[in-house]
Amino acid sequence: MSEDATPLERFIRGIIPENPVYRQLLGLCPTLAVTNNMKAAMTMSGAVLFVLVGANLVVSLIRGLLKPHLRILIFTLTIATFVTIADRFLAAFMYPMSKELGPYVPLIIVNCIIICRCEVCASRQSPAAALGDALGQSLGFALALASIATVREILGSGTWLGIRILPAGWDDWVIMVLPGGAFLTMGLLLGIANWLGTVRRNPKATE
Amino acid sequence: MDLLVTLLLIAVGAALINNFVLHYFVGLCPFMGVSRRLDTATGMGFAVTFVISVASFLSWTLTYFVLRPGAPVTTWLLHREVDLSILNYIVYIFVIASSVQFVEMYVRRFFPNLYRSFGVYLPLITTNCAILFACLEIMKHVSGVEDPSRVWGLPQALTLAFFAGIGFTIAIVIMAGIREQLDVADVPRALQGAGIAFIVAGILAMAFTGFTGVDRGLEKLLKPAPSRAETSSPAQVHSSGGEE
Repeated sequence: MSEDATPLERFIRGIIPENPVYRQLLGLCPTLAVTNNMKAAMTMSGAVLFVLVGANLVVSLIRGLLKPHLRILIFTLTIATFVTIADRFLAAFMYPMSKELGPYVPLIIVNCIIICRCEVCASRQSPAAALGDALGQSLGFALALASIATVREILGSGTWLGIRILPAGWDDWVIMVLPGGAFLTMGLLLGIANWLGTVRRNPKATE
Repeated sequence: MDLLVTLLLIAVGAALINNFVLHYFVGLCPFMGVSRRLDTATGMGFAVTFVISVASFLSWTLTYFVLRPGAPVTTWLLHREVDLSILNYIVYIFVIASSVQFVEMYVRRFFPNLYRSFGVYLPLITTNCAILFACLEIMKHVSGVEDPSRVWGLPQALTLAFFAGIGFTIAIVIMAGIREQLDVADVPRALQGAGIAFIVAGILAMAFTGFTGVDRGLEKLLKPAPSRAETSSPAQVHSSGGEE
């Protein structure tokens, strides 16, 4: 990523060209764990959006004070603070969802997307650039989660966002809501993303 | 005897039934990143087992004595019950980061051979979600549990952590073995690398789904029927993930 991109360019880049899940393979635990239905996936994306924007802004504001060897520690403590806020908020206003997401909300602390964005972007750029970057990356994350959750929820329970899509005679593919289905869906979607992104465009290139 | 059975159930649950990688999806980054070769995968597995045990010991101690509602230290200091559990996450991440740092220094000073075999994996473990996940699982059984007889002691916490690490090692070693064979297989180009790794992991996860219910079978076998009602709680709580 070049150093002089405008906030808008950073925002657009995060969505598809540098999608955190499909392109950079970051933040895999929540990607697989909470995508057995669409609602949980969207709540998770919202939590990540909040934490990423908050952490990126704070890190960007204090970037002049960071000491190189304490940097990662400061990042994680900042992130942990925002995650605690998000976790308490979910527990207060969306209790059933907070129960369903369980430990995966606190696990946002060690989500590599956020540490990576703090390190790569926020600790070097102005708050505006950091904000654009955070919004783009979290939107890209939300899109990735939505794609996986769509496949898994429709095939696994015949519904999408809780609304019945497939006819009632559909036999649910139970494997899709089990852990195995998460890995399979992720692997196949990753293959499709690779095929669309690189292999099809320059068929000569080898990996 | 009851304690031993409980520990056995926790161990089987953590290592096989609710395998951290293949059931809870934590620790996926090293699972995907370091599973290309068998020897590095083994090294990573043991490094994680080591750190997860140390971090869980520290976080259990802190949760039990300081952080949980009505913990001894805060009650003694302030003469009333205080709930510090809002600080849990910050404290855990701090404990993990510093314990990795100390473990690294200690191992380098006293076990240079072991240090060389761990290599760069020790510092990488700080951002391994499996460690934090183990701390959170332990927290769930210590902090905010109403019935005092159900609160986990140190043996339960350490068993969970150690066998979770063993489960991680098993998963990553199997994965590395398969991926070494995949190097010579003809994989479609779009799936090469991460794509096929995920599909292999999916098949592994399906295989591990086969362990579901083993803990309940063991429990029936090992626990005398009359005392089951009051002693079976920790294992049942733990196995609830496998029933979904």
